[in-house]
Amino acid sequence: MNSQLKFIIVGSVDHGKSTLIGRLLFDTHSISADKVDEMLKTAKKLGRSTAFAYLLDHLEEERRQEVTIDTTQVFFKTDKREYMIIDAPGHVEFVKNMVTGATQAEVAILIIDAEEGIKEQTRRHAYLLSLLGFNQIIVVINKMDLVGFKQDRFLEVQKEADAFLGFLNIKPLFYIPISAAEGDNVVEKSKKMSWYKGKIFLESLEVLKERKSLEDKPLIFPVQDVYRIDDKRIVVGRIAAGSINRDEEIKILPSGQLTKLKSIEKFGQDNVKSSSVGESVGITTCDPVFLDRGDVISSSKYPPHITDTFTADIFWLVKEDFNKTERLTLRCATQEIACEIQSIRERIDSSTLRVIEENADVLKYIEVGRVQIKTKKPIIVECFNDIEELGRFVLVRKENTCAGGIISGLAIS
Amino acid sequence: MEQLEKLENQSIFIIREAYRQFRSVAMLWSIGKDSTALLWLIRKAFYGRIPFPIMHLDTTYKFKEIYEFRDKYAKEWGLDLLVYKNEKAIEDEVGPSKRKFECCTELKTNALKEAILKNKFKAIYLGIRRDEHGIRAKERFFSPRDEDFEWNYKEQPPELWDQFKSKAKNEEHIRVHPLLGWRELDIWEYIKKENIPIAGLYFAKDGKRYRSIGCQTCCEPVDSSADTIDKIIEELKTTTVSERSGRAQDKESAYTMQKLRSLGYM
Repeated sequence: MNSQLKFIIVGSVDHGKSTLIGRLLFDTHSISADKVDEMLKTAKKLGRSTAFAYLLDHLEEERRQEVTIDTTQVFFKTDKREYMIIDAPGHVEFVKNMVTGATQAEVAILIIDAEEGIKEQTRRHAYLLSLLGFNQIIVVINKMDLVGFKQDRFLEVQKEADAFLGFLNIKPLFYIPISAAEGDNVVEKSKKMSWYKGKIFLESLEVLKERKSLEDKPLIFPVQDVYRIDDKRIVVGRIAAGSINRDEEIKILPSGQLTKLKSIEKFGQDNVKSSSVGESVGITTCDPVFLDRGDVISSSKYPPHITDTFTADIFWLVKEDFNKTERLTLRCATQEIACEIQSIRERIDSSTLRVIEENADVLKYIEVGRVQIKTKKPIIVECFNDIEELGRFVLVRKENTCAGGIISGLAIS
Repeated sequence: MEQLEKLENQSIFIIREAYRQFRSVAMLWSIGKDSTALLWLIRKAFYGRIPFPIMHLDTTYKFKEIYEFRDKYAKEWGLDLLVYKNEKAIEDEVGPSKRKFECCTELKTNALKEAILKNKFKAIYLGIRRDEHGIRAKERFFSPRDEDFEWNYKEQPPELWDQFKSKAKNEEHIRVHPLLGWRELDIWEYIKKENIPIAGLYFAKDGKRYRSIGCQTCCEPVDSSADTIDKIIEELKTTTVSERSGRAQDKESAYTMQKLRSLGYM
């Protein structure tokens, strides 16, 4: 108990993401009276009937245009556990905000309008979720009130979605027919869809699992910084996988030096014997080895891979095209290094999944590229499916993040 | 890992990232519960030796208890305390009795501008949280401001995983928000767990307590009998009143906070 599950709601613009969250908060009494008041007043002032979206869409522009611009995070609680809900914008303009939200979530809800069915953005969001490694997805088919709560229509949309998601290797845990505006099958079971025997939305959330912790993996400790405190040199960072124990032999990468861990340093705690994944700690070593940001400390027996060449799927998030002759900066864990994209094997339309071009020279806004990357010097990486922290990276151009990437294969020399 | 531990470790990671990237930084301490919890985390991150100044924007309208608390702990924790006032505005008698919007902008936002320019800070740590206000819920951990201190909320940079933004040429400074994911209840549970000293105004006297503290002139206490940390935690689990209900600047009109923030307010 006392842990929090973070989930994101994605899908096309106007399919009802903000409304669903508003309904969820309202029906579970998770919002304060003065906020409900403010929401109803604002809705009235703007002459709208469905007010729930206003709980989240807080920017003036969002309320006037009825579209979510930036990601919002809100909290919510049931008897079983606590949740953080991330509301992602559905408009194509704001894909970078959706991706920002998704990288902070553990599970995802895909929402589809029963009347409209699958749209361009539904497919794009689903594709991005698959790239980002989401394996727990719930599909809600919303606005059932607009199709007369008919089972036929639900089954039709479900079939269409299943075919597309199957192609992406996504197997949704549930398909749930709901009406967020009217409250059917969100927190209360619908009286108008007695044909649906499955879990309603709130129940379905309770069976979701948190992402597996990487505690049992070999140690990965990316160095963040080095502090001199009195006569100690404390190497600080956050443990990305495994655990760290005093007196244990460790290996420093990329140099390959071996040394022993002398102490684990946490302010206000003496004699710390071990720390594990997720902890921000400091360490000191027995030998006076040189360590700096970007080094990775690992277990001496099972060190991660070092390479300067790997394949990856990258998604291009900014309006200015990428041209193959450009050099970019790659950031992976605390490593930062210049890189070139040697080849764009496939340039993919992120909505239709169609290969636009093979061996391309450019990559454009919100396209996905299957690429080969070469870094200036070897770096410490892993495939995303093995160790997430070393298998994901961002590409930076002029101090701005322009793409995210997931490593799919390593060239080991 | 328990939720509080997760939050603490994540915040310390963010604090260290910002210091490594910018070095020329400062923390904004309002002496309230959130920024005092942030200060506690910063002390932990740097093993009690904070390598940068802790800044207080003094509007001169703060509570007496707040000034006392500030001076006591600045000394006890060996802080490099910087106090900034917008002297000119104070001379011109800008104050809360006239327009609140102007007062917040002059005495807080513009005092901050002056402090940043003078000290050439590249980044500022702030203790804002997403669950405080709908506008703050839209924030990033690292959030750039341009030379006019404007927050371009329509074009926020992507923030993937824990790869945070570095400062681009057209950006004046970066706001760093290590507590963004904490809720009000988390803050109080952390204060309890860590035994963090906290200003007495938060505890109920004569049936009222302050839930969120700003200037004395612009915040109202809420009805409460919670005179201990445990009672505050209990109260927060059941209350239907929002945290900032006693803060005047949220109320002037529906979008006051948005406008204040877009001009550089916290």
